[in-house]
Amino acid sequence: MSRVPQDAAAAVRPGAGRPDAGHQKDLLRQMLLIRRFEEKCVELYSAAEIRGFVHLYIGEEAVAVGVNQALAPDDAVVSTYREHGHALARGLPLESVMAEMYGKTTGCSHGRGGSMHLFDISRRFYGGNAIVGGGLPLAIGIALADKMRGEERVTACFFGDGAVAEGEFHECMNLAALWDLPVLFCCENNLYAMGTALDRAQAQTDLALRAGTYGMPAWPVDGMDVLAVEHAARRAAEAVRAGGGPHFLELRTYRFRAHSMYDPDRYRDKAEIEQWKQRDPVETLTARLRDARQLTDDELAAMEDELAGQIEASVAAARAAPDEPTETLTTFVYSPESS
Amino acid sequence: MSTEQVKTTYREAMRAAIREAMQRDDRVFLMGEDVGRYGGCFAVSLGLLEEFGPERIRDTPLSESAFVGAGIGAAMAGMRPIVEIMTVNFSLLALDQILNNAATLLHMSGGQCNVPLVIRMTTGAGRQVAAQHSHSLEGWYTHIPGIKVLAPATLEDARGMLWTALQDPDPVLIFEHGSLYNLQGLLAADAGPVDIRSARVCREGGDVSLITYGGTLGKALSAADQLGADGIDAEVIDLRSLRPLDDTTIMTSVAKTHRSVIVDEGWRTGSLSAEVSARITEQAFYDLDAPVARVCSAEVPMPYPRHLEEAALPQADGIVAAVREVVG
Repeated sequence: MSRVPQDAAAAVRPGAGRPDAGHQKDLLRQMLLIRRFEEKCVELYSAAEIRGFVHLYIGEEAVAVGVNQALAPDDAVVSTYREHGHALARGLPLESVMAEMYGKTTGCSHGRGGSMHLFDISRRFYGGNAIVGGGLPLAIGIALADKMRGEERVTACFFGDGAVAEGEFHECMNLAALWDLPVLFCCENNLYAMGTALDRAQAQTDLALRAGTYGMPAWPVDGMDVLAVEHAARRAAEAVRAGGGPHFLELRTYRFRAHSMYDPDRYRDKAEIEQWKQRDPVETLTARLRDARQLTDDELAAMEDELAGQIEASVAAARAAPDEPTETLTTFVYSPESS
Repeated sequence: MSTEQVKTTYREAMRAAIREAMQRDDRVFLMGEDVGRYGGCFAVSLGLLEEFGPERIRDTPLSESAFVGAGIGAAMAGMRPIVEIMTVNFSLLALDQILNNAATLLHMSGGQCNVPLVIRMTTGAGRQVAAQHSHSLEGWYTHIPGIKVLAPATLEDARGMLWTALQDPDPVLIFEHGSLYNLQGLLAADAGPVDIRSARVCREGGDVSLITYGGTLGKALSAADQLGADGIDAEVIDLRSLRPLDDTTIMTSVAKTHRSVIVDEGWRTGSLSAEVSARITEQAFYDLDAPVARVCSAEVPMPYPRHLEEAALPQADGIVAAVREVVG
């Protein structure tokens, strides 16, 4: 049985203590940055300027932005191959992320990783792991190191519903609970593991319920509502930081685009996609702010203009940046000081 | 340097190495299945739990992927973990973490994310434990750029390789042949860290180079003794480091002896012995007076009965026969 806290409902719905308008506008800006960045990526991919796998986060922005509100600079983040949102929300410079899409020397991973492997250790952003479930053991280890040193830090570990089918997931749930590790498990349940719907892959589709059986607090969150995500993440992260052991959030969300740029998306009903789009996290927050007369059309237009300018500048910088010299091909296989 | 020598075993030397590392660096901890209360499935860590406590001598569930990955994560976050895997066969359950993370993170992150992790595991046959506990898969691991692979075959290396491996900024895998734990001998009382890059000439000779490592070093030395009685003077090389390979020591020996026999407990096809043979062909072809020969395990999953297991493994007699072929 799921160990949902008594007031889990409060975690799902932020309730009366709604953050101020300035903060909400900041959340909107962050989500819009991710949205517009990825829309630009689609354009650049179509123009063959960027290549490889590109997994879009469009529709899921509230999760990355909401969770990151709960994290401090010395907390750690472990991400997946669908990580543009996690990276940008964590504060990786837009220019370095765009340059990585181009495989340039100014990219956040020196061009070695591309879309799936964005790293920034200065922000304790331990990268995108493109083996489903493969990042969970790393998160366990980072949290173990922090705990052994007595640091009050949280490791936020993002993964999708697909990871729940992997053995590593279950090994890590157990280990985190057994060792009482400071991990915030952020399960982005977008209902599809590539083309396989959750109920075609899982005998029990209530993922929070399953996480709860490992002996950690776990509850579902509306992943389309950034305020709900922020509220739940703050609550969970505070508990983790206070020594409450691992916590698990099942962030119920949806990707509006196909799995990757290669995916013809034959396995989902158009009606289902349209239904979820009615709950677009960006639109929802925009409408909420407008209804409360806290955001004017001019403000929104100015925000869009500013973001568009930043994104164009990042593209221009990435295009102009040098390629890594071929002579450096094997530079990062072993550390320079390696014996 | 002291000349005082103490009687010890490979197991005790390894334990002394772990103890020293734990004492010298509080970032070091040991993690694995039954390393604590049980004392290690080969009793390597026996007594260390009492000495260092359960935080640093950390028993894990049977979750190879999770605890190897946890070692990688802890190493990235500043610790210096030693992860023990019971046998190389079980390490396959953690292969994703070893290959896709430990060996790859530094590169994928553009040099940001090094992984100073040591993974120890048992390898090899000879104990009648059949086809899922006996294989020598270290050659597979040598295929992977980004990691280093060591095979301590002597008391000195059992005592000395660990500390040096822990100083390395990148992942190091240490393969301990299961038949060596009871190896007894004398070790300098002040034995300490050793280099982990070079091969070692264990026995000098002029007629043939016997190139080996790990559990077959003793068999190669024994074959060399037999050959010596017949007037064939074999040089025996302990590779010690399987990745990177010390080409210089190998080629220097081959240039002297003009003949080489590689002894490897791995299977022949696609093996470490194949790699060494290819390098000799590439780098010392014109020094050779005979084709490179190999003595490997038979290409069969390890059988249980003693006589079949012995038949499957490289033995001193087979090494002697192979040398006679190339010496002609």
